[in-house]
Amino acid sequence: MTSEEIITAIKDIIATIAPDEELVGLDTAVPLRDQIELDSMDFLDIVMELRKRYGVQVPEAEYGELNTLDGCARYLAPKLEGKELKLVNA
Amino acid sequence: MSSPPTFDTIIIGAGMSGLAAGIRLAQFDQRVLILEKHYLWGGLNSFFKRAGRRFDVGLHALTNWVPKGTRGTPLSKLLRQLRLGYDDLKLGQQSFSEVRFPGVKLAFSNDFELLRSEIARAFPDQVEGFESLVRRIDAYDAFRPSDTSLSARSQLSQSISDPQLVDMLLCPLLFYGSAREDDVDWYQGVILFKSILQEGFARPAGGIKPLLDLLVARYRDLGGELRMRSGVKEIVHEDGRCLGVRLEDGQELAAQKVLSSAGWAESMRLAGDDMYARHVRPEELGTLSFVESIHVLDREPADLGFGATIQFFNDAPEFRYRRPAGLVDTQSGVLCCPNNYASEEPLREGIIRTTSLANPVAWRELVGDAYEAAKEEVQTSILARAQEHLGFHPRDYSVFSDCFTPRTVERFTGRIDGAVYGASTKRFDGKTPLQNLHLIGTDQGLLGVTGAMLSGVSMANRYCLKPSLR
Ligand SMILES: Cc1cc2nc3c(=O)[nH]c(=O)nc-3n(C[C@H](O)[C@H](O)[C@H](O)COP(=O)(O)OP(=O)(O)OC[C@H]3O[C@@H](n4cnc5c(N)ncnc54)[C@H](O)[C@@H]3O)c2cc1C
Repeated sequence: MTSEEIITAIKDIIATIAPDEELVGLDTAVPLRDQIELDSMDFLDIVMELRKRYGVQVPEAEYGELNTLDGCARYLAPKLEGKELKLVNA
Repeated sequence: MSSPPTFDTIIIGAGMSGLAAGIRLAQFDQRVLILEKHYLWGGLNSFFKRAGRRFDVGLHALTNWVPKGTRGTPLSKLLRQLRLGYDDLKLGQQSFSEVRFPGVKLAFSNDFELLRSEIARAFPDQVEGFESLVRRIDAYDAFRPSDTSLSARSQLSQSISDPQLVDMLLCPLLFYGSAREDDVDWYQGVILFKSILQEGFARPAGGIKPLLDLLVARYRDLGGELRMRSGVKEIVHEDGRCLGVRLEDGQELAAQKVLSSAGWAESMRLAGDDMYARHVRPEELGTLSFVESIHVLDREPADLGFGATIQFFNDAPEFRYRRPAGLVDTQSGVLCCPNNYASEEPLREGIIRTTSLANPVAWRELVGDAYEAAKEEVQTSILARAQEHLGFHPRDYSVFSDCFTPRTVERFTGRIDGAVYGASTKRFDGKTPLQNLHLIGTDQGLLGVTGAMLSGVSMANRYCLKPSLR
């Protein structure tokens, strides 16, 4: 997956777990929590969905890497290499 | 237990906490099984049929009401975690509710300003104290309590100097969620204050059944398995580790994790006499239970002049929230009129429900006809007092009535002494002396419909989902 695809994948996961949040116009460099309402239970869901959809494991100590969309793209790039984007909320 | 675990998680009980935990786990593809002793789900908030009518066992109010779109509150978090839409609940708001003590009453509603103005009217010299209490409550993260031993009564008294106002604020909190006599743990009190007085009451259209149907359907759609009439007889363990359960029919089922909503003492009893004797202190057993009566009327209570949704009353000089000496304490209680919620599907008949503190031991001693006679007698005295608060006597308009006691609660939910709010000390971390066995629901510390579901969700997250990520 490319960086853009990873960001699309994460937004699609957020659209599933927090359907009431507006995801258009998110700044990829700013922490997600500062832009939309996401608590630690929601972060658990992002990680659980990553595993469910892409078989990717994110250890709890590394949740911090997912703070921004850019961080997600960077951290997940090697884990998602060769995997295909799956959109649930297309 | 010889077989390898067939299930990732087994959940004891299909009440609010068990169903919510089940949905969370099935959502992430766990092999999950809910075992329920009864033939219906819902536990303390189930439903039943009598004389062609369907009744809710418990539901007076769904607490924690917030307007659609509100973020970060218990109800919104819960809906997100279960992936339910706000509109799925079809919530109708209360008209208003009241706390009535001798010579003074306070109304509140889903708009907190009403309570503020009521305090200013009835307790003008306590306004500053009340505001300071509200600031402390707003600042307190009750879901991560730093000290679980503090008393709500003493914390309230630090801000409010009039003991009657302290009692009047405690009254609804205790009736809707305290397992302790005359008090509640401070962190629990904060949760209750927010969920009852600052957020508020609503009722799902059609009562509890549509909500339960939604939860069960969601759970099954996700692949979760639910077995009814499958009582757990024993929690199986070895070397301090829980391995699974044995059912009443002798079948053994192995699981990586077991979540129990049966209660703390009840779960230890399932783990064996030795575990019970070693770990359950007698003073932890819940002492409080209730008699609940339901009266179907041939007209709407509002047409008889009763416009409140819930009324908490106390007629005694000193407010007591204790196990009474006799069968019930009629001097205080709760009156509920579900007709006084706004609803897309208004109720077809008038309903009044009453709740009174009861003594399970006194009820246990009654046998046969004496039990039925006692129910009748107790209802008469409860209604005589209710009449003063309702402004009419329900029996003058009654087309049907039913009443249940601590014995009914014990029979249908297995709670020792019918202790509706469970053990008097909560285990907020959900831990038990057995590895892989965790408590959910009432005895973990969150109760009520919303609370029990949140408990199921948070314990499932903590003990079943997070560890699976390692
Ligand atoms: C009269 C009354 C009125 C109430 N009113 C309200 C209200 O208006 N609003 C509100 O929010 N809350 C109300 N409550 C409280 C609310 O119903 C409870 O706090 C909540 O439902 C508790 O859920 P739970 O999952 O913790 O436990 P439970 O509902 O007790 O669920 C436990 C389940 O486990 C099952 N079980 C137990 N032992 C076994 C076993 N060995 N094997 C298999 N299954 C087992 C039981 O049958 C039960 O179904 C009321 C309760 C009562 C009794």
